[in-house]
Amino acid sequence: MELGQMQGRLAEFTKSLYMEGILDAQFLQLQQLQDESNPDFVVEVVSLFFEDSEKLLNDIARALDQQSVDFKRVDAHVHQLKGSSASVGAQRVKNACVAFRNCCEEQNVEGCLRCLQQVKQEHYLVKNKLETLFRLEQQIVAAGGSVPMAEMTF
Amino acid sequence: MGMATDAQFHVLAVDDSNIDRKLIEMLLKTSSFQVTAVDSVSKALDFLGFHEDEHNESITPSVSPNDHHQDVDVNLIITDYCMPGMTGYDLLRKIKESESLKDIPVVIMSSDNIPSRINRCLEEGAEEFFLKPVQLSDVNKLKPHLLKCRAKESQPNINNRNGVEERHSSDRTITSYGGLEVV
Repeated sequence: MELGQMQGRLAEFTKSLYMEGILDAQFLQLQQLQDESNPDFVVEVVSLFFEDSEKLLNDIARALDQQSVDFKRVDAHVHQLKGSSASVGAQRVKNACVAFRNCCEEQNVEGCLRCLQQVKQEHYLVKNKLETLFRLEQQIVAAGGSVPMAEMTF
Repeated sequence: MGMATDAQFHVLAVDDSNIDRKLIEMLLKTSSFQVTAVDSVSKALDFLGFHEDEHNESITPSVSPNDHHQDVDVNLIITDYCMPGMTGYDLLRKIKESESLKDIPVVIMSSDNIPSRINRCLEEGAEEFFLKPVQLSDVNKLKPHLLKCRAKESQPNINNRNGVEERHSSDRTITSYGGLEVV
């Protein structure tokens, strides 16, 4: 695939992520903050997010698995996850966390387990999508091209 | 006086989330601030050289005046509200109750939009309250606060300080290029 095609594919792919609500404007801001002196900023932040969020998801699962569930603790973890997903622009993960917090308030274990599934699903989805995005970017750079500056023109 | 205003402002950022710390650091650096980022209020207080007995009720009898100067030049503190241990609000209160630190502007960040929380912080003396995720446009609001402080400090006869105690000789009341002079 030649460079122009790759860049086109990346642009289309990125656009779809915004259209589907998987990413929001916060991700765009991350991309705009990245510059020559911090060329890996987005990848670094996103990596931190996935490290953190995997741990949080495990903590939440463990907390829900207890005989007597500490909903405050679960809520605290979800709150953290909500915050970090908002910070990277992972909109659907964030929204799933908002719903999750409502379940925590209701102190409903079944509900919480369902919410956890939802969050995990969204998390898995955005992880895959971002891995693809970064791979496409790498291919472009490897082919000697530059990744076009992100825009939200739609 | 022209040279003083060009010197970089030093911002102390406090957030327990490593993602948000990285983000705020980047936002601040992009805006040409010098940044120190810490992950807790207690680390922030250590960095500021905060001593508990600077509060009104001092328990130590005679203390040498020079023990209580600020160890580093920080021009602004930006802190998350929700943190384990001491919260951003606790930090705000400690800063405002401290003779040597109270003139440092404090900005609070929070992912929760809770009006009573926001009001409480502003009433306690926070300059601004930013909802997370913090944007570059938010960070752009900081410079006016800092320039205002710097302008105040570089006018030699203006005394911002309450209270009678002069802990420093008059030489030290002129601002250094790093920013705010705090007693």
